[in-house]
Formats: sequence, C-alpha cells, structure tokens
Amino acid sequence: MEPILRIENLSKSFTLHNLKKQIKAVDAINFEMQEGEFVGITGKSGSGKSTILKSIYRTYVINEGNIWYLSKKFGRINLAEASEREIVYLRKQEIGYVSQFLNVMPRTTARELVEQAIVEMGNTNFLAEREAEKMLSHFELDEELWDSYPATFSGGEKLRLNIARAMVKRPRLLLLDEPTASLDHASKRKVRELMEQLMREGTTMLGIFHDLEFMKNLCHREYNMNAGHFASVR
Amino acid sequence: MNEQDTPILSINNLSKQFGPGCAHCRTGEADRLIKNYCPKCGAVYACQQISFDLYPGEVFGIVGESGSGKSTLMQCLYFDQEVSGGEAYIRTYKNGKVNLFGESSQQKRYIRNHQMGKVYQNPILGLRMGFSSIGNIAEKLIAAGSRDVGSMEARGRELLEHVNIPSRRMKEPPKNFSGGMQQRVQIAKALSNNPPILLLDEVTTGLDLSVQASVLDLIKQLQRELNISIIIVSHDLGVIRMLADRTMVMLDGKVIEYGLTDQILEDPQHRYTQQLVHSLL
Repeated sequence: MEPILRIENLSKSFTLHNLKKQIKAVDAINFEMQEGEFVGITGKSGSGKSTILKSIYRTYVINEGNIWYLSKKFGRINLAEASEREIVYLRKQEIGYVSQFLNVMPRTTARELVEQAIVEMGNTNFLAEREAEKMLSHFELDEELWDSYPATFSGGEKLRLNIARAMVKRPRLLLLDEPTASLDHASKRKVRELMEQLMREGTTMLGIFHDLEFMKNLCHREYNMNAGHFASVR
Repeated sequence: MNEQDTPILSINNLSKQFGPGCAHCRTGEADRLIKNYCPKCGAVYACQQISFDLYPGEVFGIVGESGSGKSTLMQCLYFDQEVSGGEAYIRTYKNGKVNLFGESSQQKRYIRNHQMGKVYQNPILGLRMGFSSIGNIAEKLIAAGSRDVGSMEARGRELLEHVNIPSRRMKEPPKNFSGGMQQRVQIAKALSNNPPILLLDEVTTGLDLSVQASVLDLIKQLQRELNISIIIVSHDLGVIRMLADRTMVMLDGKVIEYGLTDQILEDPQHRYTQQLVHSLL
C-alpha cells in the first residue's frame, strides 16, 4: 500500500542573519508511515523532534528533501512544495497539529474555539454546536468554563481544550508535539482514550512524547533522535 | 477549477514611482537606489513589481515598516493613486479579463463603488466627519446606485447596529464619536454595498487596546459571516497573526517574502523579516 506519509532526505537548518550563523536542526531524515499507524519520536530537547513536525505542517520551510503526503483531495502531494493555498486547505481539512502551547484567539470562548474548528471544515453551525459539546464534556472541562475565555484557564485546562480542538476535526494525519507534557494523570488518561479512539477510526498519528510510558503502549513504532538524526528505531 | 480556487483579485507587477526618474535610476540595476530613493534625481520608487493573488474568503496580510510602500500599494488598489505600471484583475468585473488600471476614471469609480470597500487608518479620509453617520453610509449607497431613501435608511441602520453603534446615535456625525466608533462607522460604510473585497489599512493603529480588540473582533466576525476577501495592512504582527492566513512582507517598495503567516513568524527567511519578528514584544 502507498504510505500516507513518506519523508525523503529531509534537512532543515536555520540561517540567523544577525548572528551570521547557520544552525542545523535536522539532517537527511528518511521514514514513512502507513495509514492508521502511530509513530512516536523521542529524544533530548534540541535533537530536532519538533522541527520534523513543524516541517510537515509547513510552519518551517525545509532546505532539502521531499514530504510526500497522500491527500484525500489532492492525491500524492509534496508538502514542501505545495502552494500556500493547498496547505491552508489541508490544515483545515486533513492535517491537525497539537502543541503544548495553546495558541488561542483572544476573546473567543472555549466553546466557540471548538465550534470554529468544525465550521471551518464546511459543517453547519448545528453540527458544530453538538460536536463541540460532546468533545468538551469528553475532556471533562468544567461546564462553567465552556463560555469563558481560555486566557484564564489553568495549564492543564488549556491543553485539554487545545487537543479537543484538533481532535474534533478527526484529521487524517495528526501531528502531536508533546501534547501531554504538563498534564496530570487523569487528563493524560483522557487524552489517551481519545487517541485510542482516533486510532480505531483510522487516524494516522505522528507524535513526540516525553512520557515514555505513555508512548510505549500506544505507538506501533518509535524513532529515537539525537543531534538531528534518527539514532535508533524500535 | 471551482470558485474557491480562482483568485478574486490578481495583481501583476504593480509599480508606483514618484518623480520622472533619470538616466541613473531607469537602468534597473540593483544598487542604483538608496532604499527606494534615487540619489541622483530624487525619484521615489514606492512600489516595485508587486504581484499577488487574493482568494475568496481569505484574509491576506501585508506587513512592513513605515515607508515600505504598504499604504501606497493600498492606495493604488483603491485608485486613490494612479499606478506607474502593472495590472489588476477582479474576477467579478468583466469576468476578470480587463486590466482595472487601464479603465476610464468613470469605470474606476464604478469598480470602487461596487467591488471594493476601504477602511483608512485616519477616519477623516474615509468619512465625512460633519455628516450624520447614517448619511455617510447613504453616500456610498447612492454612489453604488441606490435611490430609495427608505431602503437606504434600513440598510444603514442594519449596518450600524451590526458594528455596535447604538441606534439613538445614528444621526450624529462621526466627529462626535470616539476613535474606535469612527473606525466602526468606516467599516459599516465600506461594507454597505456588499463588496467582495475589503481593504483595511492600519485600521487598529492608534486605538487603545480594548477598542482595538472590539474592532478586530468585528473584522473577524464579518469575515466569517460574509466570507468577504480582506487585504489587511498592519505593522502590528499580532494583528496579522490573529487574522491572516497568508502574509507578504514588504521592504523599500519590494516584496521580500511571502508565506503562511505562522511560517513568516516562526521561520522567517529574509534578514529584515527576522529582525522584524525578533522585535516582537
């Protein structure tokens, strides 16, 4: 079967003009993922884990290599060279990204935030309301918080909201950048349940986790990174 | 191709220069200018070969420091300035086959009144400060061909309510209003003819934070509800991050970088963009 994601020779370095310096983040990475697979990336801080995810999401512009993604709409597409319009479409419809930081719109309530994610995909407001409530209650976000602004939420609450927003779209490919980094056990369990559910529904996931225990019983495969390279595969 | 994939507005090689230029600066050599200025004859090349596409329902951001040519570009797009060269096409005007800059001034006025709305940084440029607010809206509606007073008043009322101007103050002139309210009246006026394209030039600059927030919320809401295409010029990266999907960075009259907004902010390529992003508080 054709892989849903194939990374060929991915290299990324940052040119810092003011320091006249080049920093190599990731060097000649190769791997592929089949549809429905869950692949984990581990490694020290600064080893290049997030760079891979951000390159796939096109937050970073890579220097070399190809990122072949099998899209429902476009077929096989190189995310490194796709037009910005295509990327905007894919982000809305097919590829999700969850980070440990909540990037919220100011003055948007938790409920609106999740609803917008669904409306963005072209769904009706009615469906959005229903799905958003389902997702918010799944994450046991206090009902009192649904209509307040996330700026005042605790770290764990923000994170749960962030994950809810990405997961409610049921993306084809979900990129997870340490989504459980600051969660307590109960919240981690919730995230885990939802990931398992997404796996059952066939979502492909590529994730970075610090919590090795959490990752071990979930991932099909695991890459360990060191200084921009894959050091080991399990 | 479906409608969403065809640009609503296409700009090709738009150029605007002030002054006739001389033998030195017309050569086209890269180092002939100091920034955008010819040291020999004093000609200013405010916009040089600017090209981009605007798609239906998208918010397109333009950032750059003062003097980079952002506002001149917006003025050219709204025909406030005559361009020196280049082409512009709007899909909903003569099927996107006619260069807008080549049209007669009468046609340009038509395009302005039917296809576009613009909100200026300075409300004095966009509003008649001594007319009533609702009269300001009627002015644009009359320009777009409305003649029925009743329906114009209804439309004006509806728009002003939409931008949260209380109905008891609709007959008041904008000069009585606060800066944020004036900006909201401008937005209502710009939207009155249901244009497919809205041009926003530094609309939140100079407003205090809470007023700025209410104007931004309004823009966001309008974009979602009306699916209007917006070009927003700002030197505030926070505003751009909040609103724009794609962003273009200008410096000395040239485009130095295009990209997805998060990419521009997290992985800027050009020396100047890096400096700009690193100056963010």
